[in-house]
Amino acid sequence: MFWTVTLSLLAGMGQLLKLFFLTLLFSLPLGLLIAFALRSRCRPVSWFFNIIVWIIRGTPLMLQLIIIFYGPGKWFDNNIWGLFADGRMAACVVAFVLNYACYFAVIYKGGIEGVPAGQSEAGQVLGMTKGQIFFRVTLLQMIKRIVPPMSNEIITLVKDTSLARVIAVTELIKAGESYMKSAGIVWPLFYTAVFYLAFVGVLTIFFNYMERKLSYFR
Amino acid sequence: MAILDVQHIEKHFGDTPVLKDISFSLEEGQALSIIGSSGSGKTTLLRCLNFLETPDQGVISVRGKTLFDADDPATRREADIRKKRLHFGLVFQSFNLFPQYTALENVTLARKLMAKTEKTGESEASILADGKALLEKMGLSERMENYPHQLSGGQQQRVAIARALAMKPDILCFDEPTSALDPELTGEVLKVIRGLAQQHTTMIIVTHEMAFARDVADQVIFMDDGVIVEQGPAHQVIEHPQQERTRHFLARFSEK
Repeated sequence: MFWTVTLSLLAGMGQLLKLFFLTLLFSLPLGLLIAFALRSRCRPVSWFFNIIVWIIRGTPLMLQLIIIFYGPGKWFDNNIWGLFADGRMAACVVAFVLNYACYFAVIYKGGIEGVPAGQSEAGQVLGMTKGQIFFRVTLLQMIKRIVPPMSNEIITLVKDTSLARVIAVTELIKAGESYMKSAGIVWPLFYTAVFYLAFVGVLTIFFNYMERKLSYFR
Repeated sequence: MAILDVQHIEKHFGDTPVLKDISFSLEEGQALSIIGSSGSGKTTLLRCLNFLETPDQGVISVRGKTLFDADDPATRREADIRKKRLHFGLVFQSFNLFPQYTALENVTLARKLMAKTEKTGESEASILADGKALLEKMGLSERMENYPHQLSGGQQQRVAIARALAMKPDILCFDEPTSALDPELTGEVLKVIRGLAQQHTTMIIVTHEMAFARDVADQVIFMDDGVIVEQGPAHQVIEHPQQERTRHFLARFSEK
């Protein structure tokens, strides 16, 4: 029994990891673009993205997930998710990417604004281009500032992947819970916690390492 | 011919006029000190020269070439401004060193990037050698591999001076270079600036150190409330001011 449970939890963990890494892959850069849009000097652009961020952060991810998965089929009579080999996972990735990009954008924005204006001015008077100032001067200082809030957000993402079950993706918890119904046993649920703890433990070690790596300057 | 010629600069922040009809010129190899109380517009003037602020009115020329003319949109193009900035260097009150780079990297970074983007053909080795020589000149040969937070304020400001010099500006500007320093550290920075003056580096120094302005600068400008109240040879302005407002300002200083 233990092996059967372990194998199905590993499959659930696989779904978790897939959603986790795909979300990060797209939302980390998308968040940066949204952060720039939030800071845009063009008022309509910054307004538009402020409203988007308000809506995304102001409604539950579970609701967004349901709307994104069922919406296209219901309203446009066109289930775009059918085009994917794993449409449910694809819908999850889209919902998670949008949601997390907005949270990341706000963290990035704070990070960028936390770097003193004197830094970019110093770059300007030395004749650097805007791109050089961002990538060679501001970026690393911003990353140093955002490691703690980003680590919070990314650890939350690990556990948020469990929401995927609302559109019937067999992620870790759903995999564990199924044994409650089928075999009347509860311990697989506790076993799922071990998986979460192990993965979050690895992430914690990684973020601590990042913080140490970046502690060579102030 | 003057190396720098500034004509009728005006600058407003919203409805508040900060610079009103500022005109002066500077000869090559001379040092100009700008004195005046806080809020008199000194820093804004330096920021205008370095294109960190855009004047609303006026003309700025270097070596007879018009860099900025408020009435000529062609001189206000963003793309050209970056290169025009290189005529000027700026040393900030708060140093603004890049914290993630060592002293030497701070000095060489912009030159390396310049060599890459402008294809100047300058080798990394010669940029590095130049940077080291500059830091040695600043008395920092032992500190090249240190990060800014490992340096004292005075050392940081000397790195900042080396960093500005590395770009070989025509005119080096200092914005209250010692105001953020503990009193016992101002001496080492002033000594470096004095050394530069002796080598006839063209400089504009905004400062609250009156004795220093008198001894090091050739010319002094006294600003108050956005206008130049008085300008002339350093000894004359500081020891025998002609204007009542200058006398009043200097009297407040000598009381200290």
